[in-house]
Amino acid sequence: MSHWIILPVVLPAILAPFIVLAARYHIGIQRAVSVAGVMSLIVIAAGLAWQASDGTITLYQLSDWAAPFGIVLVADRLSTLMVLLTAVLALFVLLYAIGSGWDNRGRHFHALYQFQLMGIMGAFLTGDLFNLFVFFEVLLIASYGLMIHAGGNVRLRAGVQYVLFNLLGSTLFLFALGSIYAETGTLNMADLAERAQMIGADSTAGIRIAAVLLLLVFAIKAAVVPLHFWLPSSYAEAPAPVAALFAIMTKVGAYAIIRVYTIVFPPDLAVTADLHGALLLPAALVSLAIGMIGVLAARKLDRLVAFAVIGSMGMVMVAISLFTQAGIAAALYYIVHSTLAAGALFLITDLVRAGRDNLDLRAQPPVSGAALTAAMFFVAGIAMVGVPPLSGFVGKLLILDASFGTESVVWVWAIVLGASLISLVGFARAGSTLFWKAESVPYAEGVEPAPHPSGLSYVAVGGLLGLLVLYTVFAGKAHEYMSRTSAQLFAPGPYISKVVNTPGKLTRPKPAKVPNAEDGQGDESSHGTDAAHDDGHTNAEEGH
Amino acid sequence: MELLVASAIGILTAAGLYLVLRLRTFPVIMGMSLLTYAVNVFLFASGRLTVGAPPILQKGVETYTDPLPQALVLTAIVISFGMTAVIVMIALGAYLGSDDDHVDDIDEDDTSGTSVQGDRA
Repeated sequence: MSHWIILPVVLPAILAPFIVLAARYHIGIQRAVSVAGVMSLIVIAAGLAWQASDGTITLYQLSDWAAPFGIVLVADRLSTLMVLLTAVLALFVLLYAIGSGWDNRGRHFHALYQFQLMGIMGAFLTGDLFNLFVFFEVLLIASYGLMIHAGGNVRLRAGVQYVLFNLLGSTLFLFALGSIYAETGTLNMADLAERAQMIGADSTAGIRIAAVLLLLVFAIKAAVVPLHFWLPSSYAEAPAPVAALFAIMTKVGAYAIIRVYTIVFPPDLAVTADLHGALLLPAALVSLAIGMIGVLAARKLDRLVAFAVIGSMGMVMVAISLFTQAGIAAALYYIVHSTLAAGALFLITDLVRAGRDNLDLRAQPPVSGAALTAAMFFVAGIAMVGVPPLSGFVGKLLILDASFGTESVVWVWAIVLGASLISLVGFARAGSTLFWKAESVPYAEGVEPAPHPSGLSYVAVGGLLGLLVLYTVFAGKAHEYMSRTSAQLFAPGPYISKVVNTPGKLTRPKPAKVPNAEDGQGDESSHGTDAAHDDGHTNAEEGH
Repeated sequence: MELLVASAIGILTAAGLYLVLRLRTFPVIMGMSLLTYAVNVFLFASGRLTVGAPPILQKGVETYTDPLPQALVLTAIVISFGMTAVIVMIALGAYLGSDDDHVDDIDEDDTSGTSVQGDRA
């Protein structure tokens, strides 16, 4: 059994304590270890993605325990794609944090950063709903620390809101898991998929409630309206590199929705059919509209970007809620695009903040390095709004195209196009106020312009924008890959059989056990020589 | 017993939600604790209610209780315990820093207008 799959989880988990314990007072060593760690993560993630690209599904059984009882990690196209995306985003964000000196404004930035990566990677790789919860908590508790990194009252208060909202979300997650376990007797996704098929048409109330509860939880993470209230102030008040890394966290919610609602509760499953599509599509369209209206209404640049994130999550959710192969493929294309674009925008916001004290969208003296920053804002804005020539446009076309034969085509087209127009106006207004009008405002007496941001900051932002350009150039290849990923998701048979049928410790015949060991124990062990899976079923049946 | 457990979960959840909606840090944290108690009992109940049955294999025992929810509850307790500690520290920091224990944005600062309305809605 190859141990590569667990490395994206284990490597940050080892590096983080090392940074805390060994390099506590040496920011140089912390930076070197952190960057080296993230770079190795990219290599590992690329290896995993390459391994999964031909459709192989790799299973990792922790301690060799077989699936329904043991904890499993599963690497298929979707999860390796997300892991690679996380690693790449993490590198550029880390470079920015180092270049701008953010990592030195509070303690333990790099350790928390590694723990955050560990949680995100784990959430993408796990094949078990309860482990998804645990990894959510790992990434959340690290994000609480990162969110209030460098302190300040405003940030702490935004942090309280953020933490409380997420604690409520976690509690809801546990309620959802409890109801799913009560209905099916398992929390392993593949096993769950099999058992969800067995539920009769007359007893669907419980599983439907569980499915909706779970959808609510993931919608909180993905900041779908009306569950988006935590996002604007926490993303706006978080340190810029942290907000940029958080761009992947909303995608964890989107990923979880895609994963659970294609494998466990697929669109053609009778007991939950029409449930999530009917709930999710209106919410997604409203988020798209509200996000983009928020872009237009924002009076500060950081709020503007935060609302752009809500809008782009709305776009992703519109594509997901179509629950067709083309829809999911378009959603995946857009997820990668919007992660990179949102990350770049948050970093550019910080470039502006470094040049002046505030982020108000009114005419003020120009920031230092305004020309380059303005150009970058221009490119990132084009990408985020989704006008040609960058990948946002391609992604939007794919989503419009995917919605074409469906019943909701009128709504999707009207709101997607309308929201794009509004956000275009919003971004254009912000950009012209920030950078053009600024040229006509002189510096006040005795005020020196702030020093230029460091070259490394520009490299980090430029790298993200460069990736966006590459992603546009190779849009054909990328979309083809996303289509194959989506096809794999809509044919979950191999995934399920791989997870459920791979033997582990329990299924090996026990060699020296005496069969007539006089009591219930012996009976149980003879059972154990059968597939562990059957054992699980009988237990669950007894439980009912 | 079903009625007792179900109503206990219901009352804990209702009280927890009420306290969370008070929007001051102390009641909100108390409410969060009540909610986590509720969810812990709920997780126990998800493995069916059994009285006096062991969760692990023993000699001469016929009925068992489902061991998995117990493991889940254990994890959930540890996590919620840690999270409560974190939120207490952050809330205390925010309170001492700004001398105000409101959870929602109450600042007259016009910049955060959108989320204020959002939170109040």
